[in-house]
Amino acid sequence: MKILVAVKRVIDYNVQIRVKEDGSGVNTDNVKMSTNPPDDNATEESVKLKESGKVKEVVAVTIGDDKAQETVRKALAVGADRGIHVKSDTYIEPLGVAKILKKVVEKEKPDMVFLGKQAIDDDCNQTGQMLAAMLNWPQATFSSKVTLKEKSMEIVREIDEGLETVEVNLPAVVTCDLRLNEPRYASLPNIMKAKKKPIDQMIAKDLGVDIANRVQQLKVEEPPKRKAGIKVANVAELVSKLKNEAKVI
Amino acid sequence: MSVLLIAEHNNKNLKPFTLNAISAASKIDAEVHVLVAGSGCESVAKEVAAVPLVKKVLHCDSPNYQNYLPENLAPLVTKNADKYDHIVASANTFGKNFMPRVAAALDTSQVSDVIKVNSPDTFVRPIYAGNAFATVKSNDKKRCVTIRPTSFEPAPKTGGSAQIDKVDAVDVPNFSKFVKREETKSERPELGTARIVVSGGRGLESGENFKLITDIADKLNAAVGASRAAVDAGYISNDHQVGQTGKVVVPDLYIAVGISGAIQHLAGMKESKIIVAINKDGEAPIFSIADYGLEADLFKALPEFLSELNKLNTIQK
Repeated sequence: MKILVAVKRVIDYNVQIRVKEDGSGVNTDNVKMSTNPPDDNATEESVKLKESGKVKEVVAVTIGDDKAQETVRKALAVGADRGIHVKSDTYIEPLGVAKILKKVVEKEKPDMVFLGKQAIDDDCNQTGQMLAAMLNWPQATFSSKVTLKEKSMEIVREIDEGLETVEVNLPAVVTCDLRLNEPRYASLPNIMKAKKKPIDQMIAKDLGVDIANRVQQLKVEEPPKRKAGIKVANVAELVSKLKNEAKVI
Repeated sequence: MSVLLIAEHNNKNLKPFTLNAISAASKIDAEVHVLVAGSGCESVAKEVAAVPLVKKVLHCDSPNYQNYLPENLAPLVTKNADKYDHIVASANTFGKNFMPRVAAALDTSQVSDVIKVNSPDTFVRPIYAGNAFATVKSNDKKRCVTIRPTSFEPAPKTGGSAQIDKVDAVDVPNFSKFVKREETKSERPELGTARIVVSGGRGLESGENFKLITDIADKLNAAVGASRAAVDAGYISNDHQVGQTGKVVVPDLYIAVGISGAIQHLAGMKESKIIVAINKDGEAPIFSIADYGLEADLFKALPEFLSELNKLNTIQK
């Protein structure tokens, strides 16, 4: 069996982002970038399935400018076999990303596509579900446990009420929760080896799909700042403030 | 111009967040129709019809929709989308699961997690875990929108009498199967909807010490939260995690104990109405957003807090 795993390059989750003064977006110049965290879980799970012997090949794909290749290299360094870089210098909405991934799926014919449940930059939480719909495949979103069977997967999903278990026939799309696994770090020898693994390149606008954005970003601003309140001297004062001033207890 | 809203329910009762979604939908357009798809869910259709903001209920009853599998639900929504300009659902694990399938089928770019409706085509949504707000305009003819329930007041529940139309089920693909659902059983309120949340961080130093937190939570009828550091350290299970990688909560009162206030934690709780921070480090970032800060050793402060609460004659529930 074969897995396609999709990874995205985003601002590192530890960075305090800065909104541009002209309201046109978020500053990405000279900011630390890394792989979208749940995409690392998607790669880890794919590699684990390969190590279990049930999966023969793991192909990592990314869409973005030349630097986006770093995310594919990282996936190769932790065990993916080869990479695909779909080049695009402009932002593409999840709808367009899903259309591009569908093209890649048609070419690669994987049995499963693994993605992170959500990117931590635009926070859309759409791509995996859209891809599944376009392929007419089943989906398992927010997955925290994956059991691969012969022709299906049993998946435990994190839902608001607790946990839900579903069984989806293959081929299927899986979006990964952070709780799915603990992504490994790449060892130095594996980072070196990854440099020799092949990355094919495609050009997004040459794929024959409509990737024009439909949602226009009018402005980006900082959320209203919360003012620091007061410090209380002791517990009795705290309880009194909560009871009589804030009236919340 | 009308809105089709997809109701979330358990086949017996409407889930409360649907009322918040109804009030958000009514800000897009007053003609709000609600699709209630489920199995044996007639009582839910009636409950929705009584909501005054709802103008019509579409009721589809079939075993296919008993467990809201997105592969089954999305084609039903898509088929009924013809007459509507907007398809709306809550941005929780229910809405997030099926709505992008609908958007893909309609070839429309979804607008996720809306916190404010400026006009029928312009919305405000948080990006970067709430560290920035984007105002976006959808240029699609048909718009799929998910709304953040906690950003809208729930619609009043009674007084209306909308017409209930039956709609037919559609063919299902039969390639996914519901196996089971294990709802987290807790005597305490659910973290995502609790009026008060008491959260502990690394400062608690151990899982046993979390009892100091749960004692206060029980006294206040509050949910128990935790920082990622406390979860990673194994003090408490990850379903308690508040933050960018956990749950986003907006309670009336959020009490952060032994939590320094990492960016990713603040993203999950800084919209709370009143924030209390208890931390021995007076320089901790959590104090910069707290309405009431107490610089103290939590191992002394929490037992005192509990005894002060015990002295109160009444505590709001």
